[in-house]
Amino acid sequence: MDWKPVSLSSSPFDQSWYEASARARLAGLLDTDTFQEFVGPEQRRMSPHLPLFDLPRAFDDGMIVGRGRLDGQDVLVAAQEGRFMGGAFGEIHGAKLVGLLRAALAVKPAALLILFDTGGVRLQEANAGETAIAEIMRAITVARAAGIPVIGLIGGRAGCYGGGGLVAGTCARLIISEGGRLSVSGPEVIETNKGAEEFDSRDRALVWRTMGGKHRRLIGAADAFVDDTIGAFRRAALAAIPAAPAFDLATLEAEQARLEARLDRFGDARDATEIWGRLGVNDPAAVPGLTTEGFDALLARLPEGPHHAR
Amino acid sequence: MPDKMPLDALLASLFPAGHAVTVADGLISGDGPLGGGRLAVIGIDGEAALGIEGACFLAGRVLDVVRAGGGTPILVLIDSDSQRMSRRDELLGLNEYLAHLAKALLLADAQGHPTLGLLYGHSAAGAFIATALATRVLAALPGAHPSVMDLPSVARVTKLPLKTLQDMARSTSVFAPGLDNMVQTGAVQAVLDPDKPLGLQVAALIADSPAADTRDALGHERGGRPLAHDIAAQVVREAQDRVLREAPGA
Amino acid sequence: MEKLSFRHATRTALPGTRASAITGVVASGNLEVLLERNLAPDACHVEIDTAIAGYGEVWAAVVADFVARRQPGGLTITINDGGARPDTVSLRLAQGARLMEMP
Repeated sequence: MDWKPVSLSSSPFDQSWYEASARARLAGLLDTDTFQEFVGPEQRRMSPHLPLFDLPRAFDDGMIVGRGRLDGQDVLVAAQEGRFMGGAFGEIHGAKLVGLLRAALAVKPAALLILFDTGGVRLQEANAGETAIAEIMRAITVARAAGIPVIGLIGGRAGCYGGGGLVAGTCARLIISEGGRLSVSGPEVIETNKGAEEFDSRDRALVWRTMGGKHRRLIGAADAFVDDTIGAFRRAALAAIPAAPAFDLATLEAEQARLEARLDRFGDARDATEIWGRLGVNDPAAVPGLTTEGFDALLARLPEGPHHAR
Repeated sequence: MPDKMPLDALLASLFPAGHAVTVADGLISGDGPLGGGRLAVIGIDGEAALGIEGACFLAGRVLDVVRAGGGTPILVLIDSDSQRMSRRDELLGLNEYLAHLAKALLLADAQGHPTLGLLYGHSAAGAFIATALATRVLAALPGAHPSVMDLPSVARVTKLPLKTLQDMARSTSVFAPGLDNMVQTGAVQAVLDPDKPLGLQVAALIADSPAADTRDALGHERGGRPLAHDIAAQVVREAQDRVLREAPGA
Repeated sequence: MEKLSFRHATRTALPGTRASAITGVVASGNLEVLLERNLAPDACHVEIDTAIAGYGEVWAAVVADFVARRQPGGLTITINDGGARPDTVSLRLAQGARLMEMP
């Protein structure tokens, strides 16, 4: 069965990734009409737990998994729907991604792409969601060790928070847009637990420069920064596949060195702008306003080499 | 609830002949004798929150073990808070540090260093995922009390009265904090007996540990995750069927 | 949560051959609509699971209006509703019917 999302735009490549539904992202990202879904919505494998909380369910539990072609290459894909329960990991939501990663060992795709859009664990199914995240991380490393590039794409409304941030950190390569935010504790969680003086979640500029796509690209937490279009994510995903690092001791030793160096260099920084200044950015205050083109030009001028590892 | 076993008592039971395990800033590292070889130990004590420095330090110790080779098993002892919640930790990329620690443990296990988690106190959220849940086998001692989020916080987010949640928690294991519930989901595979020598129990668990991830099968068996195992298996089946159908000669 | 079920007879079948389609997302003020071509050509069933109880009459009117306009014969339509307004429901139903008519 095939599913075609509604689109009024003539080219799906020009659509906003941030605004698009998970299904529209998949349809636009993959070669036209090549997406095939596993455990599709007609099977109605919905959460057995949400009714206890008197909450509505979704036919796909907010996680769409399947296969398709990316510029002719066979790929496996998973996409979270950030508008349903904040894209959070519940039992079925998580199990679908676990299954997809296990399937990768058998069907040997050119890559496995995860389209993140999540606030983390679904609290109504917290234990199942947390355990699923652990299973996903283990399955990602098994797939990577078998030579399958696992690539994360982050640019959705819900960002990539909580356990989702840890899953993303397990991927071989990460692509992020301005709208993508990548973190463990979200601004509201930090403010609720530690007070507004620790993190004022209403200060949107602070949120973006602490957790947003440009900062993550600058410190090496993401490998590519892209425009908020489906076409830009597609091009970056294609470029990321051949660049995915192996999952071995050499990669993790490089990762260890990279993360230790970051602590040494920036451990005392108070704000992202301070870090950007130390990275050699002449006018850190101008970074949030840069276009992708301007930001790329800035990256090319920086004395830093590529960060890599992962 | 039984009392939490103190770390020094735990280590004494684990290594009756003595050990070289130390604790600094809530971070556990070192090793001790096990069987004819050594058992490497890392962990978190005193309900410390796991931040970027701690995760980086522990990951470094795990990679030291992998680099040295020899198949030394790694024990991860956990009595932690959640991840450290601060603007600075997030600014510097806490998600990368926590994921790196988990990846180091997963690499160690894949390269012949069996990993075993032992939860002897609290743990929650990102700290739990990065440590105990990244091991091949996770065991617990009575008195351990893991949680993803405490019920008052769940009440705030779900906008349900705390009393309602407490009542629901008695009949459903899927969202409520506590060791029994994490056993039900299959995340905690075994509960050890604190009155018997821990070294022998740990050695037995390592010897019996499954090579594949069996947590969803356990969750199904124990009823805490009724559907996860079936759903994952169905995705694998459908993926294989689709590919086979298109294979040349099919 | 409230479950609602409507059964309608139609004069004609909905054109097209597509077996199924889905549109919309379950979110506050939004809904998802799953359409499946699996009934006799003069029958349409609509099953609704809604987060907001007590609006059965409004749903009945919106569904009857959709059936009268589009003649969605042959379809089972299943809805997960997060509390959408009637105009949003009408829009999603129309989108769904259009998807089912696509080649």
